[in-house]
Amino acid sequence: MSKRIEAKDLNVYYGDFLAVEGVTMNIEPRSVTALIGPSGCGKSTFIRTLNRMHEVIPGAHVKGQVLLDGDNLYGDGVDPVLVRRQVGMVFQRPNPFPTMSIRDNVLAGVKLNNRRIAKSDAEALVEKSLRGANLWNEVKDRLELPGSGLSGGQQQRLCIARAIAVSPEVLLMDEPCSALDPISTLAIEDLIGELKQEYTIVIVTHNMQQASRVSDSTAFFNIAGTGKPGKLIEYDETTKMFSNPNEKSTEDYVSGRFG
Amino acid sequence: MTTATAATGSKRNTLTAGQLSKWAPWVTLAASFALAAGLFMLVAVASSTDFSWAGVAIVGYILFLIILPVVSRIVEGGRKAMDRFMTGLVTGAFLLAFIPLLSLMWTVVSEGAARFDVQYFTESMRNVVGEGGGAIHALVGTLLVTLGATVISVPVGIFTAIYLVEYGRGWVAKGITTLVDIMTGIPSIVTGLFAFALFSLLFSDPGYRSGIGGSVALSVLMIPTVVRSTEEMLKLVPNELREASYALGVPKWLTIVKVVLPTALAGIATGVTLAIARVIGETAPLLIIAGFTASMNYNLFSERMMTLPVYVYNQYIAPGMNVSAAHERAWTGALTLILIVVVLNLIARLVAKIFAPKAGR
Repeated sequence: MSKRIEAKDLNVYYGDFLAVEGVTMNIEPRSVTALIGPSGCGKSTFIRTLNRMHEVIPGAHVKGQVLLDGDNLYGDGVDPVLVRRQVGMVFQRPNPFPTMSIRDNVLAGVKLNNRRIAKSDAEALVEKSLRGANLWNEVKDRLELPGSGLSGGQQQRLCIARAIAVSPEVLLMDEPCSALDPISTLAIEDLIGELKQEYTIVIVTHNMQQASRVSDSTAFFNIAGTGKPGKLIEYDETTKMFSNPNEKSTEDYVSGRFG
Repeated sequence: MTTATAATGSKRNTLTAGQLSKWAPWVTLAASFALAAGLFMLVAVASSTDFSWAGVAIVGYILFLIILPVVSRIVEGGRKAMDRFMTGLVTGAFLLAFIPLLSLMWTVVSEGAARFDVQYFTESMRNVVGEGGGAIHALVGTLLVTLGATVISVPVGIFTAIYLVEYGRGWVAKGITTLVDIMTGIPSIVTGLFAFALFSLLFSDPGYRSGIGGSVALSVLMIPTVVRSTEEMLKLVPNELREASYALGVPKWLTIVKVVLPTALAGIATGVTLAIARVIGETAPLLIIAGFTASMNYNLFSERMMTLPVYVYNQYIAPGMNVSAAHERAWTGALTLILIVVVLNLIARLVAKIFAPKAGR
């Protein structure tokens, strides 16, 4: 149920602009990998290349390889749709579909793809996904109501439920807690801890404590200055990154002495 | 010292300024008009002419625009004075725009009410040269021709908008946008000539007339409106929803069909309804290509077809034996058209309300 990701000498461009340069890293299955670094250093750009979401932006393209259990995402003839079915994503701002009920939001991956699903299977999938996202008890009595009526934290967990309902191999999270209060954040961090039993999780975060709490390994990205490409500075186990990093700039950043 | 002043409690709050009371503008208004009325009364008596109501309205308004800001400047200060001056200007402009509308509504309703009867909506003008007769043929014609135009324009318009927003890149999209802009400005008579030329060439018939020709002409007017409103609505759909859908492994076309279009549906439906309301009153192209007739014609694809705007025009220009009866029919036709447009607008609002994404909590 979870796959290894290997990025090999990955360069990401927006048009002619080189946004991220030369990233090589291995992301272990059934682990949480945190990407940290200052704003604009290319964390989000990098995480979006892991399920080819960056292509949605006109002009964005990639050089290098991303291997998902050995299969190159950027090989010839690879269908981004199939990639995204294996690599799910949760975004910074909760984005449930406003036209759909809570139930339909969870089933969106099935229904939007025009796949038929038996009613009992659908019910089971809704319950399993919502339980997986720690939301079942809060919404089980109002599954028919619109998803946009939930609180921000609930909406974000609904989005996580929606992402895990299509049973991906990998779950990418782009600052999933930045729009949430500490209690909702805690709920989602607990959830991440449970989800890593089954999924490979990559999370972008600006919150140092969050990275140290939830992740097994941490990658630090940085830029030399505006207009320069972002680079992977250091990538190691989280305990080492936060206690005794090899690079001076990593230590400055994690200890808040940056800039 | 300070404690002593505070204790007295009579210290003036430094945040306050002079204020005119709430009724001050109304008193000023009444006074201005009374002054203007007095002025014109004097003029009327002195030169023994008629008392000029229009003069009172204009001079009274100008006096009000001068007096209130001046008083306000003295009592309240410059910013408030300017605020009152601008409020006066804006309200005046609004009333000025409102008067013709009210006058039009009143005239059409009062003139059109006379023949707004059962006969009008059950009989055609076949063999009628004097009194009586009705506009059922024109009503049916208008509905059929507009329906035809809608059936043509809505798919073309919505698909064009989808292309422009979701797929269009580079010079092709820019070219289409420019063409749509140009189409918006085409004079309606030209679309009638276009449809007439098209159909008379197609059928090699220099006297070709039919309802569907009218539909084609109207759709040329309607397509740019539909494209524009749909485009705006699709642009309003947040990109995050598209990305959320892509991230679930949903292909682009299914994302458009099942996420983007339903989210924008309310706006699109409103836009389409307003586009219909916009073309349903067109006269010139229908005059050329749909022609006019006194008889019923339910077939969109053959023979002349009467439409309400053309009917109104025709009753006025060719009244027959009884001119006043014909003019009454024309007024009722105009009233019917206005009512149809009002109903369409109401439907548009209803549709927007029904299809709007619900935020129920």
